[in-house]
Amino acid sequence: MTTLASSPLQSGRAPLREIASGFDVEKVRADFPILHQQAHGHPLVYLDNAATSQKPKAVIDAIVRYYENYNANIHRGVHYLSERATAEYEAARKSVQAFLHAARPAEIIFVRGATEAINLVAQTYGRVHVGAGDEVLITAMEHHSNIVPWQMLCEEKRAKLRVAPINDAGELIPKEFEKLLGPRTKIVAVVHVSNALGTVNPIATIVEMAHARDIPVLVDGAQAAPRMPVNVQDLDCDFYTFSGHKTYGPTGIGVLYGKLPLLEAMPPYQGGGEMISSVSFEKTVFNKVPHKFEAGTPDISGPIGLRAALEYLDRLGMDNIARYEHELLSYATEKVSAIPGVRLIGTAKEKAGVLSFVMDGVHPHDIGTILDQEGIAIRTGHHCAQPVMTRFGLDATARASFGLYNTKEEIDALVSGLQKVREVFG
Amino acid sequence: MADLRDLYQELILEHSKAPRNYRELKHADHKAEGYNPLCGDHFTVFVKMEGDHIRDIAFQGSGCAISKASASMMTQSLKGKTKAEAEKLFERFHKVVTGQAVNGDQAELGKLAVFSGVSEFPTRVKCATLAWHTLEAALEGKQESVSTE
Repeated sequence: MTTLASSPLQSGRAPLREIASGFDVEKVRADFPILHQQAHGHPLVYLDNAATSQKPKAVIDAIVRYYENYNANIHRGVHYLSERATAEYEAARKSVQAFLHAARPAEIIFVRGATEAINLVAQTYGRVHVGAGDEVLITAMEHHSNIVPWQMLCEEKRAKLRVAPINDAGELIPKEFEKLLGPRTKIVAVVHVSNALGTVNPIATIVEMAHARDIPVLVDGAQAAPRMPVNVQDLDCDFYTFSGHKTYGPTGIGVLYGKLPLLEAMPPYQGGGEMISSVSFEKTVFNKVPHKFEAGTPDISGPIGLRAALEYLDRLGMDNIARYEHELLSYATEKVSAIPGVRLIGTAKEKAGVLSFVMDGVHPHDIGTILDQEGIAIRTGHHCAQPVMTRFGLDATARASFGLYNTKEEIDALVSGLQKVREVFG
Repeated sequence: MADLRDLYQELILEHSKAPRNYRELKHADHKAEGYNPLCGDHFTVFVKMEGDHIRDIAFQGSGCAISKASASMMTQSLKGKTKAEAEKLFERFHKVVTGQAVNGDQAELGKLAVFSGVSEFPTRVKCATLAWHTLEAALEGKQESVSTE
């Protein structure tokens, strides 16, 4: 097969150092050990960051340091190791508080990921406040993790799940959204950045409309947290969730932020150790927030690794990261949409990090296999957002999603790979 | 290193673009739906039996090139075969696409041997076998849809 290095699509490469002043991507890449390898005989091009991000050495080292030096159970032991582990675990909570600009550390609850965070709210706040005939409002661009927990709740309570529509660009329609806020709406759950379309939702506006009717808002920040500065006090949302593993931290750890008065009024999620103050067979007194929601021995290395990730992001600056990724996305949008037969899915004015597309006559799965042979990792399928696919009349899309270590050269490689797909399929 | 040409053979590409027996079989006496939830592939396989023989077989649905070509070529190979012959063929086909073929398996497959390249691409085995699993469900008369996940 011929290579397409001389393709006109690849002209006009900009030197990397020029973009996003102050952001040295080669230096960043050196911090990620996994990136420096070959896949199927080609340099690895990792463009599946919306599925999970890679981890900087600082995160891996922090986890190793924990297990090598101070592994112990937390909040219990009177001994040296336990005291140290507890201090590090609680320091991680403060790191997350700073990252989200939350008012208090107690508003940060460690969970397994954004999925568990949403389930926690549905099963505690939701079960108390949502009753028969009530409504939960979500949007048509949610990930399954922000659909199914509410669907389960609504089924149990005989409540109604309402879905705010999106337009052909993949944007929420604020007027339509507002119409669906009714007297029976008990909670709004909305994604900050869509994993399938890349759309950035106007969270502050949504919160304002909901709060005008005293309806609390949960924001699924799984794709936003790694991509832009998040200030939960400015957004004024009531709950915010994100996953460590998409934010350059380890898998198995995630965060639920909740406003303290709400968290205090909510019943516990799971029962067990740590979440109690005292237990007898007659009565259990629950622990204070956040411990009330952290039953059992938690993932201790998780928050420690996450803290290292958040501190790494802080050193680079979330503003710089957002700016750099925006340049990558603009470059990729221009180059990929210029390929004949390629159609972008998700063309919102406000987008971040995600480029979803389809190609005439080629199924996304075949695109994925051919790119993989070129060392390029993308995601193909419905992206755990089947209703989004249905909205656009598709079974699947191909999705390239960017991270802070991706380069314009890698986007050029993606474009060459897509040319190869065309060659194979004719 | 696996070669893409081993996977996307001309015959496979040709069948994926112009699938044979791609229609609803009005008087089917066996029918099943098959899903691959991961990639969204979705096929319905229709069978009309005559005694123990497959008198007619057709399919409809959407999926990747591998799954569609596999469904198309499966329907071609099975017309006129008995149920037992179809089962035997699937067994051989499965061995070939999973790289467990022994002497003779490939030869017995005829044109279907074109799918042997799939064994170099483990993530695509479920694409190649989706139609076959669906056929198996149809012949067994299972009502629920099958999934290759």
